[in-house]
This record gives sequence, structure tokens and C-alpha cells, in this order.
Amino acid sequence: MNDTKQLPDRRSAHDRNGAATTAPPRGPARVRRRPASSQWAAWAFLAPVTLYLALFYAYPLYRNLDLSLRDYTVRSFVEGDAPFIGLANYQKVFDDPTFAPALLHTVVFTAVCLVFQYAIGLALAVFFHQHFRLSTTLRALFLVPWLLPLIVSASTWSWMFNSDSGIVNAALHAVGVGPVNWLTSPDWSLTSVIIANIWIGVPFNLVVLHSGLQSVPGSLYEAAALDGANAWQRFWRITFPLLRPVSAITLLLGLVYTLKVFDIIWIMTKGGPADSSTTFATWSYQLGFGNLLPAFGPGAAVGNLLVVAALVFGLVYVRAQRKQALS
Amino acid sequence: MNRSTSRSWWKTAVGLLLTGVMLFPVYWMVNVSFTRDQDMRKSPPDLFPAHGTLAGYRTVLDEQLPYLATSLVVALGTVVLTVALAAPAGYALAKLRPRGGGVLSFLLLAAQMVPGIIMAMGFYAIYLQLGLLQTVPGLIVADSTLAVPFAVLIFTAFMSGIPGELLQAAQMDGARALRTFWSIVLPMSRNAVVTVSLFAFLWSWSDFVFANTLVNGGAHEPITLGVYHYIGNNNQEWNAIMATAVVASLPAAVILVLAQRYVAAGVTTGAVKD
Repeated sequence: MNDTKQLPDRRSAHDRNGAATTAPPRGPARVRRRPASSQWAAWAFLAPVTLYLALFYAYPLYRNLDLSLRDYTVRSFVEGDAPFIGLANYQKVFDDPTFAPALLHTVVFTAVCLVFQYAIGLALAVFFHQHFRLSTTLRALFLVPWLLPLIVSASTWSWMFNSDSGIVNAALHAVGVGPVNWLTSPDWSLTSVIIANIWIGVPFNLVVLHSGLQSVPGSLYEAAALDGANAWQRFWRITFPLLRPVSAITLLLGLVYTLKVFDIIWIMTKGGPADSSTTFATWSYQLGFGNLLPAFGPGAAVGNLLVVAALVFGLVYVRAQRKQALS
Repeated sequence: MNRSTSRSWWKTAVGLLLTGVMLFPVYWMVNVSFTRDQDMRKSPPDLFPAHGTLAGYRTVLDEQLPYLATSLVVALGTVVLTVALAAPAGYALAKLRPRGGGVLSFLLLAAQMVPGIIMAMGFYAIYLQLGLLQTVPGLIVADSTLAVPFAVLIFTAFMSGIPGELLQAAQMDGARALRTFWSIVLPMSRNAVVTVSLFAFLWSWSDFVFANTLVNGGAHEPITLGVYHYIGNNNQEWNAIMATAVVASLPAAVILVLAQRYVAAGVTTGAVKD
């Protein structure tokens, strides 16, 4: 049975150090055959969460799918008699002039954010992995951007990017560069939200990669140092390859989270000006809630495309994690 | 000896510099919150609040207290709901190993991949029918979806580490599953309860998407909407906006100072943020 196999795998991933030695001896018979009463007890404990998943994840997802297949107006939304129109909403979305730019922006936003968050996070993780005075405290402070409410980060960056009175343009002026209309020019709006989002994502990468570094055995570095390897070689020949599984999971998780970034873009630019920073996430919201006359159907359709993308990468993540747990 | 200490000081200096660069936006938020109206549009802007004013904070106290109270109620409600749902589930997945438990764990992982705006649209449609729009309980339930799957995974990971002998001993003494859970597993899982509560509180406190779709315009709006309305209504009084932002960040600051290790543990045990 597939499901009886998965559970021990997951366990071994989490309690590799410690619990595996203290757990009771588990014969194969024990794992397979639990008494029926214990099965009942287990599902009694799981019942609330199962019901919860069905009501608050599965049902909203189903409603969203249903929305995307019907022709909704505000009236029919309330009365619930919207006609079924099949895939017409999806057709409408694909034909929309916003589709191509939104797809491009989603890909660029996700790719650029991922690369910079990972590279900066890794560099900082390697730096803070060294022992020096205050290293632990400073590393903890790096968590601040990640812990702040997104509305706070987004409004702070909005003010910093303000064309007339923002600190960014003041700094540029000081080095002789003219003012940039960060948020109000179509050429720069996407760059601005990317910068803000990189700033928010670096701490997550730093913390996860730092914990990955701690599992790299120090003896390897000593041996390499004896062989005369310099710091650069030690990084590329030891740290980076050994970190690969952790890197893969960090990047995959980052991918899934970056795909659905909404708050930052919406608060800073609302996807504008002229759709220049629109991604699938903001476009979906714009269609569903952003106008006086909401287009729930097409909004849900765009959202469902996003769900599919997130779930595909999510599946890759689950597979990667299980593989790592087995190895 | 001498050489290594001097090298370590050099690293501390670089570390301080990097932290300073990273935290500059946070400093800037605080700086602007103390800046006088007439200095706000100065070019170049003042790097320190030389003529500091508390006007921004006075505005916060005058206008934002109801928002803060709502946020507090919603966040605490989310914490209670999340722990109540996730702790028993974690126990069952870690210790009782039911058939189908693997499928459930998988569904919990997948649930975390669903974009928040999709959930918001689904919730909007459902709440419209149930009459739950613009209600505090409705927002608590919606916000709990940010934390519940993550919380189950944390509890499962943590409770797997509780020695099986302890639970078996309890069973020998005649304790049923519920009693074992309540008087042994839950007390031993205090660290996991703290970690889960911190994240549930923080995510619910920070939530913007659900607030903006489900309770916008209602009688009880959280502080994230307080900030958002400010930005929308006036883009002149940035000291008041930033003062509100500083106040809205306080839980994050407090949590970081008091519970730094729980945060780090949470992030690395499978942390998730959207």
C-alpha cells in the first residue's frame, strides 16, 4: 500500500537525529497491522483537520473552478443562477491583450527574484556561518524583513521609491544620477517591485541555507585546506555540491511562493502603470475585485492557471523532499 | 592569536555593515515616522529625525486603536483555532499512524501551495452566501488557513521525537488515546505549541489579502487595512503612515526579541510564507 509506506519515510526525514534511536522497536507486523480500535482513535484525532481541509481548502477550490466555468454577474453571483459556459472564460483570458504581458512579468518576476534571493541568501549564509563576535545576533536581525507585515514593507518601499522625496532618488542624486520614476513609469515599476520582493525573500534563503551549511562536516574543509585549496575552491568543490539538496528545496519552495506574490505588487503599484507590473496573481485579483464591475469568471480562470502552476512545482517539491528523506 | 582576533573584528565590522544595509528600510520607516510634515518633502531628506515630532504617533493613537484591537482579537482567535485543530492531528500522524495518514500529509503539503488570492475568491463566494462577510469569526477562520497545514507538519515532526516508551507506559496504566494526548503528549510539546502559535499569530496579524477581500468596509477592520486606507486616502502625511507601520510591526519585533530560536526552528522545519 502506498500510504502505509509514505508515513515511515516522512518520519525518518524529521527525526533522523534522536527519535529514531528512542522509538520503540517497530516490527513490520506492527507497522502494517494496528488494532482496529487504534485506527478509530487515530481518525478521531484527524477528523477535525480532515473536515477543515474539505470545507476550507477543497470547497473554495471547487467554488473557484465552478466560478471559472460560469458566466457570472454581480446579480447572478448573489442569486446563484449563472449559466454554465464551459471554457469560454479561459478563452477570454487567453485572448486578452493583458495575457502575454502578465505571463512575461510573472516569469521575469519569479526568475529574477529567485536568482537574487538565492545568491544573496547563500553568500550571507556562508559569511554568517563563520564564527565571529555578534554573528548569531546579526543573523537573527536579518529575519526582520521576513517577519514584518507585507503592508509595512510595501508602504515603506513605496515611500523610499517616491519620485520627488524618496531616499532612493536622493541617493542617486548624490552620485549624479537623475531622478527615476520608480513606481510611476512603466519602464521601472516591475524593477521596483522585484527589488522590494528580493529584500523580503533573502532572510528565508539565508536561514534555510545556513541550517544546510551546518550539516556539512568540518573535517572536509580541514582535509581540503591541507591539500592547499583556497577559500574559493573550498566553496565550489565542497560547500556548493554538498548543499545541492538543500538548495534544490529552497529554490523550489521559493518558486512556489514567488509565483503567488500578490500583496507587494498590489500595494506598491496595483500592477500598473498600464499593466507594466501585472502578474497572474494581481491580474486575477484585478479582474475579480479591482473593478466596479467584477469579472469573477475570468478572474477565477486566471487564478486557476496559477493554481495549476503552483501545484505542478509543488509536486516536484514533494518528490524532491521525499528523495532527500530517503537518501 | 593576535592575528585571529583582529581578523574576527574585521568580520564583525563587515557583518554590522551588511546588517545595516539590510535593515536600512526598517530604519527609514522609523525615521520618517518621527519627521515633521514640513520636512517631509525636503531634498535631500534628513537622515536623522533632527526635529523629531510625535505627531505621527498621536495620529495613530487617535485613529488606529480600533484597528489594533481587531487585529489582536483576530490573531489570538487564529492561534487558538490553529492549535486546537493541528495538535491532535499532529499526534495522530506522528504516533497513531493511521491508514491513509500519508495521503493526508501529502494533501496538507499541497494545501500550502494554493495561492492566497484563490483562497480569498473562494472564501468570498462562500461567505457571501453564508452572510459571513465583514465578520470577525469569518476572518479568523480564513486567516487560520494560512497556518493550519504548516502547524500540522510542525506538530507531526515534533511529536515524532517523543519516546514511544512513555506513551506505552501510559497505555499500560490504562490511559486511552485522548488522555495520553492531553496529559503527556501536549505538555511535552510545549516548544511546538509556542512555534506554531508565533507563526499563526504573526501571519494572521500580517494578513492583507483576506482582510481586504472579506472585511473591507466593515465595522471591524484589522491594522493592515488601517495602513492601507491611510496610503489610499492621503499621501501627504507619511509620518502618520509610517508611525502606523511601526506600530503594526511591533508584534514582529517583540517575537524576534523574545522567541528568536522558535522562529529559526519554525523556518527550517518546513517554514512557509506567502
